[in-house]
Amino acid sequence: MLLIHCPWCGDRDEAEFRYGGQAHVDFPENPAELDDAAWAEYLFVRDNPRGSFHERWVHTAGCRRWFDVVRDTATNEMRPEKVVP
Amino acid sequence: MVSTPLPEPPPRLWRNPEPKRHYDVVIVGSGGHGLATAYYLARNHGIRDVAVLERGWLAGGNMARNTTIIRSNYLFDESAALYDHALSLWEQLPAELDYDFLLSQRGVLNLAHTEQEVRDSRRRVFANQLNGIDAEWVEPAEIAELCPILNLSADVRYPVLGATLQRRGGIAKHDHVAWAFARKADEMGVDLIQGCEVTGFRLDGDRVTGVETSLGPIGAGRVALAAAGRTSLLTDQLGLRLPLQSHPLQALVSELLEPVHPCVVMSNHVHVYCSQAHKGELVLGAGIDSYNGYGQRGSVHVIERQMAAALELFPIFARAHVIRTWAGTVDVTPDASPIIGPTPYENLYLNCGWGTGGFKATPGVGWVYAHTIATGRPHPLNVPYGLERFTTGALIDEHGAAAVAH
Ligand SMILES: Cc1cc2nc3c(=O)[nH]c(=O)nc-3n(C[C@H](O)[C@H](O)[C@H](O)COP(=O)(O)OP(=O)(O)OC[C@H]3O[C@@H](n4cnc5c(N)ncnc54)[C@H](O)[C@@H]3O)c2cc1C
Ligand SMILES: [Zn+2]
Repeated sequence: MLLIHCPWCGDRDEAEFRYGGQAHVDFPENPAELDDAAWAEYLFVRDNPRGSFHERWVHTAGCRRWFDVVRDTATNEMRPEKVVP
Repeated sequence: MVSTPLPEPPPRLWRNPEPKRHYDVVIVGSGGHGLATAYYLARNHGIRDVAVLERGWLAGGNMARNTTIIRSNYLFDESAALYDHALSLWEQLPAELDYDFLLSQRGVLNLAHTEQEVRDSRRRVFANQLNGIDAEWVEPAEIAELCPILNLSADVRYPVLGATLQRRGGIAKHDHVAWAFARKADEMGVDLIQGCEVTGFRLDGDRVTGVETSLGPIGAGRVALAAAGRTSLLTDQLGLRLPLQSHPLQALVSELLEPVHPCVVMSNHVHVYCSQAHKGELVLGAGIDSYNGYGQRGSVHVIERQMAAALELFPIFARAHVIRTWAGTVDVTPDASPIIGPTPYENLYLNCGWGTGGFKATPGVGWVYAHTIATGRPHPLNVPYGLERFTTGALIDEHGAAAVAH
């Protein structure tokens, strides 16, 4: 069970969240110019590191807001990607 | 009543050789897949200058952690063909490998709890029958005879409306399966090398010529990955990005109980599955934890939910104790089907992405992967499973189609 820090609500049980996968995967800037390989990369391929991973969570059972964290996928240690002012 | 005694392992199973400096084929990972591949390389193709390199101990990865369910009742033709090839091999392997690994074709019930699930399940039965795979649709009255301990009351939150039944499905003693393949591969000259982590590749341009390992470099004519959840850690070093995400997948067992559970029961909807192992433990599992992870431990709430679901289906287990929980690291693809085939790197082959369900495929994938490695081209059964399907869009989308995972 992970203890996840929501930037707005504080430390909460993992069961209150949904996982959103890798952070910062932006929709292609010029979608019409992408070839099939580039579409495959955008749709299907994500990083899968053992170690630091920038990822998204949404606090579904709380404030319902999305946020990014950096989690170590081997130890589950989590820290905010940047401190919210 | 007593539970089934386990067969005694033979006194000597395999040598522990020092690695040679070069092999025709180096297989990375000695799970069931790596071992079965080595066996069929030697048996079907006469390629015996083979090493299987294992970072930990033989078959200590997902092979040692799975819940041992075997079935071939998949919806799509490509899946049905591959998994049923495996099931046919399972049926002859105890004799061929001269090793009783307790293949128990006790039947697998996949429950349906909603009208839509009834329609989907019946569709899968028809598809299986068209593919020559044994499959039946059974109504609650018949389920009560097949598995008397199941709660078939209409008063539960998700009543059982029916089930698919594959009588040829069942379980096998996973450790013994690995040892059986290991022993025969070793007898035919394959070097099984434990405590040898592959850390990188040796390259000549786009041609792989060997691997770097914790025991030094080892040259290879061909390199075949069978490293399950850790595959992309290796391919990342080549800049070869794979559509894989590694997740924790958990299971648990109870203490030993008298034999009360005669078959395998799986439920996609309440998401639990349960069988009783040969010694008598109840073996239970559910789905993956949502987040990526290599820690080989998952979240408690996943286990809580799966036990709640199990209790509603099997009230008789209310007083059973959980003795042990554990997790493996499984590599999941976007279409929930494996990737088996060549790579853009010459002499480098992939077998990965089995997610939650690769144990049942062990002999089948060993067979087709050995063919792919030996000939440089996929076997007809793994042609659809190439990496290129993510570019062409010809996905084998078994996610929703194949009932519960595993
Ligand atoms: C809890 C759980 C329940 C499951 N239940 C079922 C089920 O009921 N039915 C079913 O069909 N499937 C099931 N599975 C899935 C099944 O276990 C896997 O799909 C299958 O074991 C994959 O086979 P493998 O040989 O590729 O993997 P593994 O057995 O994991 O083998 C891979 C090996 O590669 C080694 N390795 C990794 N990286 C390196 C490296 N760099 N160098 C050297 N060695 C390396 C690992 O140590 C490991 O031993 C389950 C899995 C889990 C975790
Ligand atoms: Zn919040």
